[in-house]
Amino acid sequence: MEKSRLLFSGSGGQGVITAAILMAEAAVRYESLNAVQAQSYGAEARGGATRSDVIIWDQPIYFPRVTQANVLICLTQTAFNKYQEMIRPGGLLVTDSRLVKNSRKVDARKIELPFYDAVMDTIKKPVVLNICMLGAVVAVTKLVRIASIKSLIAERFAQEFHETNFQAVDLGVELVRQFQSK
Amino acid sequence: MNKRIKFIQGNDVCVEAALYAGIEFFAGYPITPSTEIAEQMASRLPMIGGKFLQMEDEISSLCAIIGASLTGHKSMTATSGPGFSLMQEALGYAVMAEIPCVIVNVMRGGPSTGLPTHAGQGDVNQTRYGIHGDHSIIVLTASNHQDIFRMTVEAFNFAETYRTPVILLLDEMTGHLREKIDIPEPGNIALVKRLRTAVKSGIDYHPYLPREDGRLPMSDFGDEHRYNVTGLYHDMWGFPSDNPKIVYGLIRHLVDKIENNSHQIARFRKYHVKDADVLLISYGASARSALHLVENRRRRGEKLGLLELQTLWPFPVDIVREVCKEIKFTVVVEMNMGQVLQQVRLAVDAPEKIFLANRIDGELITPTDIRNILRVIQGKGV
Repeated sequence: MEKSRLLFSGSGGQGVITAAILMAEAAVRYESLNAVQAQSYGAEARGGATRSDVIIWDQPIYFPRVTQANVLICLTQTAFNKYQEMIRPGGLLVTDSRLVKNSRKVDARKIELPFYDAVMDTIKKPVVLNICMLGAVVAVTKLVRIASIKSLIAERFAQEFHETNFQAVDLGVELVRQFQSK
Repeated sequence: MNKRIKFIQGNDVCVEAALYAGIEFFAGYPITPSTEIAEQMASRLPMIGGKFLQMEDEISSLCAIIGASLTGHKSMTATSGPGFSLMQEALGYAVMAEIPCVIVNVMRGGPSTGLPTHAGQGDVNQTRYGIHGDHSIIVLTASNHQDIFRMTVEAFNFAETYRTPVILLLDEMTGHLREKIDIPEPGNIALVKRLRTAVKSGIDYHPYLPREDGRLPMSDFGDEHRYNVTGLYHDMWGFPSDNPKIVYGLIRHLVDKIENNSHQIARFRKYHVKDADVLLISYGASARSALHLVENRRRRGEKLGLLELQTLWPFPVDIVREVCKEIKFTVVVEMNMGQVLQQVRLAVDAPEKIFLANRIDGELITPTDIRNILRVIQGKGV
């Protein structure tokens, strides 16, 4: 397989690091692949620019940072402005259509999805925005199975949050399906 | 699904390994980027009958594990640069009083409070020379989770074998990195047990009288033997002495027990070293970037090799000298101003062939950074 380099970015508190961890952990524990997850953040717990690097491959991974992303995910305008140039030509750019105003210059397959609006309309809990985004990233990259992500959520999260998060995953998958059938 | 396969942070691996090694006591004061170690210890240790203490600062943290170790329990603390600076006084005491214990320093950018959430490797010299007075010390490091596990266990083993504090020097990058770890089955890595005295109660026990092999059997403090422990030069009973013969004998013992065993303590990995023209020497997170470049260049037929150091102190002089002998030139890859570079230059026959590839801005050095230095040295331009 090709080495996949994903960069998840957003604002501290949005859960982009959690989404990145779930993706990488599912690859290692449910798909028997290799993965590393690194993160970079400032001293602040919330509000600062956050990024998390995920590399998934079937071979050993040494250098753990993403310098050129095959997949760039941005959940804020600040993150998009900061990281847009890190995308590989022809890579995949996943953004929230409400939170990020996308410049047209980026040489990438652009997938703008209304994560925020969809989550607020159907689930009405902004806290699962990251999981909805994760569902979409998994659906579009197919690096791990949706079932693996759900199993991991069931393992990691308290029971009372399972259903909402499963819904968020499915919503992300559905947004991608609608986007691709356009 | 294999339950021993985990996807966790390097700091969590350190905790798993300490538990594997038989830790029973942890005292610490949380500090980024080492906090996860204290956090995990707080939840895990009570479940196996161990004790976790959150202390008021790092000075008391190290003092507490020294006390716990004396009573016969394997002990550890974890910190980062600012806390490690505070620990220096107690570290000297642990060296002098020969207390087995493990101190984890997950390095961040320094000096002072520096860069709490970014990587650095600037504490290499501090681990060796941070305390006052002549001494020797063991410092281990690792670049990936499997090796963090092994080196943590080794740290406990060396601490017991040589009755000395051992420093496990990790960094923010590996400490916070998540990757796969296959937790070894119990028994797969040999554990060194506390060497206790066979002297019966009521018969004279000399706590500081080394055996033929240099090891000192211990008696759990508060148990059947009463003895003195001090940071002053002391005789075989542990009582203060300024008798020149005793002073000389003790300092020689403290230094020799480690320096004379540097071959047993040396841990390292060689990658494509045998036929290499150009060699990289690295450790910790930097070694990941170095290995990435080596594997990449090998695929293109370039004869690049890597010596990854896992024992930093005592510095493995002989191994470094031997490996560098037939090499055109060597580049030390690290995230400081050249602390290991200095040691490599002292070790080799041709120090003018040793160069530095470093990064000191809080970011992990990249394979491209290293490649650019190689090109400059080879006169190819960047």
